[in-house]
Amino acid sequence: MVQLTLPKNSRITTGKTWPKPEGATNVRKFQIYRWNPDDGKNPSVDTYFLNMDECGPMVLDALIKIKNEIDPTLTFRRSCREGICGSCAMNIDGINTLACIYGMDEIKGDVKIYPLPHMPVVKDLIPDLTHFYAQHASIMPWLETKTNRPAKEWKQSIEDRKKLDGLYECVMCASCSTSCPSYWWNGDRYLGPAALLHAYRWIIDSRDEATGERLDELEDPFKLYRCHTIMNCAKTCPKGLNPAKAIAEIKKMMVERTV
Amino acid sequence: MRYLTDRKRADGLGSAKTGTAHFWSMKVSAVALLFLVPLFIFTFGPMLGQPHDAVIAYYSKPFPAIVAVLTLIVGFKHFAEGAQVLIEDYVHGLAQKILIILVICLSYAAAAAGVFAIARIAL
Repeated sequence: MVQLTLPKNSRITTGKTWPKPEGATNVRKFQIYRWNPDDGKNPSVDTYFLNMDECGPMVLDALIKIKNEIDPTLTFRRSCREGICGSCAMNIDGINTLACIYGMDEIKGDVKIYPLPHMPVVKDLIPDLTHFYAQHASIMPWLETKTNRPAKEWKQSIEDRKKLDGLYECVMCASCSTSCPSYWWNGDRYLGPAALLHAYRWIIDSRDEATGERLDELEDPFKLYRCHTIMNCAKTCPKGLNPAKAIAEIKKMMVERTV
Repeated sequence: MRYLTDRKRADGLGSAKTGTAHFWSMKVSAVALLFLVPLFIFTFGPMLGQPHDAVIAYYSKPFPAIVAVLTLIVGFKHFAEGAQVLIEDYVHGLAQKILIILVICLSYAAAAAGVFAIARIAL
């Protein structure tokens, strides 16, 4: 049965409030989720204050500043700082997004930062994405062919290549899947918007020769049909993609080969 | 504690190779209800508050009786399929199977009772 309340050891408590920067006039308050698997305590929300005159514009700039100058134990993933690697996905101001491309000017009031929802937490803002990645691997995210390899290359027309636009840009940040209530309740079996978007990317690739097998693998009440067009995925995607549309297209293809 | 690989967990029991029939069936009944529900409201509505004899006479006519029967059958079929999806979403394990059986049986029983009542009036 769906669990509507947090287990006792996951309830969030009030954490440490760090001192305000001295002499600063442009100060902003940050409330950040903290959990350390080693101290045996419940998660807490720590409060930090930053002098915004000395801080970059993005949420990731603030996190890096906090880690460098206030609290080196604050743990989060980051790498490219330009929305390409997908590492710094987290829940900022109630929205799953990438901290590196989310400007603090978009947030009114205090900046509240939590890890991606409904995933096991490794530490602080780091979710465990093991199952998410395994689901991505299960949709065979590579070109499958049966014809002998051509001498030069697998050709693709400009029109067919255009069909991959809006799909190939996905950086697997997991913002969409972790915003999906269906994925929250049935993430063990439902593939989720990210994996299904990638599945569709290969299904409609004109060079791929495993279309039928790919559709066979997806035809399942849970793997595919848990999508109820809630659209959180499209709303939250930091890259502006539309996984819900990709899933709808897969469903249309399923019907196409049945009716 | 089970030593399963991440991939084995993700693959689970594999694809059920079904689901499209259920999805398509719900789409068909949804489209049917798009027409049936307004028809039912417009045929059933005028009879509200009417004397018993007038209602009996009205539902002895083929059109309102057929509309009512179709709405009941298609509506409860749609309800049963929708409720199954809903239960699959939120309830897991044995309780899920029991609830699905219950909701389908109740839907068929409600549809049958409605059809019987209309048939008794109409025939």
